Amino acid sequence: MKKCNLKGSIHSIETLGLVDGPGIRVVVFFNGCKLRCLYCHNPETWKIEKPNMTVSELVDKILRYQPYFQKNGGVTFSGGEPLLQFDYLLEVCKVLKKYNIHIALDTAGVGNYNDKLLDLIDLVIFDVKAIKRQEYQDITGYLIENSLNFLKKCQERDKKMWIRQVIVPGINDTKEGILELKEFISKLKNVEKVELLPYHTMGIGKYKNLGLEYKLKDVAAMDQERCRELEKLLLE
Amino acid sequence: MEEWQGFQKGKWTQEINVSNFIKTNYQSYNGSSDFLEKTTNKTDQVWQKCTSLLQQELKKGVLDIDVTTASGINSYPAGYIDKENEVIVGLQTDEPLKRIVNPYGGIRMVYSSLKAYNYKLDPTFEHYFKQFRKTHNDGVFDAYTEEIKKARHVGLLTGLPDAYGRGRIIGDYRRVALYGIDYLISQKQKELDYLLLGEMSESIIRTREEVSMQCRALKEIKEMALKYGYDISKPAKTAKEAVQWLYFGYLAAVKENNGAAMSLGRVDAFLDIYIERDLEAGVLTEIETQELIDQFIIKLRLVRHLRTPDYDQLFSGDPTWVTCSIGGLTTEGDSLITKTSYRLLHTLSNLDTAPEPNMTVLWSEKFPQTFKDYCAKMSIQTDAIQYENDDLMRPIYGDDYAIACCVSAMRVGLDMQFFGARCNLAKALLYSINGGVDEMKNELVFDGFEKMEDEILDYNKVKKIYFKMLKEVARVYASAMNIIHYMHDKYAYEAGQMALHNTDVHRYMAYGVAGLSVVADSLSAIRYAKVKPIRNQDGIAIDFKIEGDFPKYGNDDDRVDEIAKEVLQTIFDELKSHKTYRDAEPTMSVLTITSNVVYGSKTGATPDGRKAGVAFAPGANPMHGRDENGALASLNSVAKLDYETCCKDGISNTFSIVPETLGKTMEDRIHNLVSIIDGYFHQKAHHLNVNVLTRETLIDAMEHPDKYPLLTIRVSGYAVRFNRLSKKQQEEVINRTFHEKM
Repeated sequence: MKKCNLKGSIHSIETLGLVDGPGIRVVVFFNGCKLRCLYCHNPETWKIEKPNMTVSELVDKILRYQPYFQKNGGVTFSGGEPLLQFDYLLEVCKVLKKYNIHIALDTAGVGNYNDKLLDLIDLVIFDVKAIKRQEYQDITGYLIENSLNFLKKCQERDKKMWIRQVIVPGINDTKEGILELKEFISKLKNVEKVELLPYHTMGIGKYKNLGLEYKLKDVAAMDQERCRELEKLLLE
Repeated sequence: MEEWQGFQKGKWTQEINVSNFIKTNYQSYNGSSDFLEKTTNKTDQVWQKCTSLLQQELKKGVLDIDVTTASGINSYPAGYIDKENEVIVGLQTDEPLKRIVNPYGGIRMVYSSLKAYNYKLDPTFEHYFKQFRKTHNDGVFDAYTEEIKKARHVGLLTGLPDAYGRGRIIGDYRRVALYGIDYLISQKQKELDYLLLGEMSESIIRTREEVSMQCRALKEIKEMALKYGYDISKPAKTAKEAVQWLYFGYLAAVKENNGAAMSLGRVDAFLDIYIERDLEAGVLTEIETQELIDQFIIKLRLVRHLRTPDYDQLFSGDPTWVTCSIGGLTTEGDSLITKTSYRLLHTLSNLDTAPEPNMTVLWSEKFPQTFKDYCAKMSIQTDAIQYENDDLMRPIYGDDYAIACCVSAMRVGLDMQFFGARCNLAKALLYSINGGVDEMKNELVFDGFEKMEDEILDYNKVKKIYFKMLKEVARVYASAMNIIHYMHDKYAYEAGQMALHNTDVHRYMAYGVAGLSVVADSLSAIRYAKVKPIRNQDGIAIDFKIEGDFPKYGNDDDRVDEIAKEVLQTIFDELKSHKTYRDAEPTMSVLTITSNVVYGSKTGATPDGRKAGVAFAPGANPMHGRDENGALASLNSVAKLDYETCCKDGISNTFSIVPETLGKTMEDRIHNLVSIIDGYFHQKAHHLNVNVLTRETLIDAMEHPDKYPLLTIRVSGYAVRFNRLSKKQQEEVINRTFHEKM
């Protein structure tokens, strides 16, 4: 099969993403994720559905928005976990690079990757979830090693990074936790931005529709003001 | 000439040629907005008085009406707001916001307007006017066919200017300042004496009569200005005089006419030349300059016409479309941005945001970054700016065109248009399914069509009959337009405005369409899903059942976007095939203003799943909530509609976004908004209204109007005060797709 006919499983495309990476971003949501984060607001992307879009179809769609990218915009691969469709992602990135498109990867680092792929990516938006082994496992239901290995690889390849963490009341909204995170990030290089994302409850309805249990049903949305304060702590 | 001292000579000194004057004398500005000044004490005094009057007006509906005088350039004594503090003078009547009775378009419109506000026409005026003067409206109905009347009655054709002034004519008001009235009269007189001669054909006779009327109108403008103590027979000598002379030209237009849209034209680079000359000579300061501009804008904000509450319901509040075109490039590719482009937009900060004048930036990708950023910032702060693609229009209209109303481009002083409102494309689609019978009124509108009895609608069949139906619609529409503009020229000729045009003016016949997205989605549903009509006992489809999914306009999906394009091209080809009055060049717009609500309420359920009575999307916008791939996909769908070949009168698109979605910081928001506008226009899209506000703000404003007296939003082609929208229109705006992301 020709590589451009390789098919991927894409959940949806948001053509005007303005917060997931610099400038104007086309955000491509991939299907499939091994993590089961308690606060996940995209549970509909957990399963890899039947592949529905070839490499060239996806590239063509992205290129339609090239006039809007200007100096710093581009595409952001998100999900789901894009790294679970490694072959497909690699081919898409290869073609996009021919058109000089800025590529961001929004990931938790749990999937497949190699140097070739990482070298095609301009920015890694890395969701740390948690930095302690047990906490990571409690939040994601998965082992932390994959994530740490990915981070190490990104550091080796000198990838520019944005670091993110979702803050959930009663779970990781303590000063101490944030200071530990700060310490953790201070050892990383090429970090261009650090963001704390306040947990919100807008995903609950989706769980109901999918017949899934929502584990944080008694937790209120994170107070935005408090989240900003914690973020200040991180940036000081 | 002494008034022209310091100006570079050129073609403009030999003939009337404002465009050449601008290009030989203007200085473009690439700097920041730091030079801008606040209001002066005088301006504050004047604006305070106005604000209080505007509040009273909002409560009463109209502040006052002069019921004893018929409209005219010089019919009223001088009027002032606060004489001592007014730097620029001139009101439509003797008092601010007092409205004019303009009976020439149609006396019935005057009656119903007066009745609505408990006024009565002066009996003597009424007696003589009715006895001796026929109106435009009388003329039109003498000539209308039964078919046209029917098409109006059922709402297939709506908003036709057959009972009031047609508007959408921009006089070149700058000519008054640059040349003075006497020279303008002498040039017109020369044409009468030397050019408009020979065999007296109907066309020459008509032109001679019109030019004579124009000469008289020019004299009246001069006399009107004299009442304010200004002799404008000679050119303006200073910046202040230039603003004042130009404003007198515009004021004459709004004293004489109550046209639907009375636009100002393009004055930024023109006025800037005078301002720069005075600044350099040291006879003017920046503070005084801003004072001139602020006070000029105050005057434009006070323009009023007497309208019926029905009209206000259709168009939301009291619009006058004093469209002020700003920016653009020269045909050589140089920026026409001047400091005065900034000063005009700056009034939105100095005097608070407002819908009028309708600030319209003629956007180019080649603009200085500083100006792009400034515009984006002002849009985010005021929601009062619309953008139109200069890179698309400049190759067609050159570099001295302006926008009339919302999206209609015309070369200033060289072109005019015959405004034609719009026809309802969605209703026509239902007619093709229902054998030419109106689905709401159950009346036969078009003969010769059979009701479709198919259980499931067949795409090819529907399309074929629909296109045949559009032929009929076009025929009736073109006939109506020819009659209307024949009669308008005859009974309500805009002598004052046309005096500020070249005599051999180029005319456009400006048709329009509504319901494009409904039609595109309906045809797509019929093609890609199964659509079953639900019929009443008369066999009329009153609802539709849809099985399966179908591509929807607004998702950058060629399967349906191509349908939208084909429909536009088809209706335009049909319209174009008809002969036009005065050989006007046919053009078409996709623009509804806020009439999309009324159009929707007059149209039955459609095959796209839209229920009967539900509002259409405004202009060329996709239907509410059907764009599933985000805002850029929606913009891309609209960008595909072809401006140059079929919609040269404009394609309106309104874009609303929540501030947080646009970016985290103000800097990000500005950068992102500029990228959106640049990207959209790069694809040859034509127009974009930009609103940056939250749904919550609008809902709150609906419940507590007092908290938001100034809240301004852009709707198809112009801006309105949110408080002046009807409840239904407010709901429609709130339901309209807001681009927000979790």
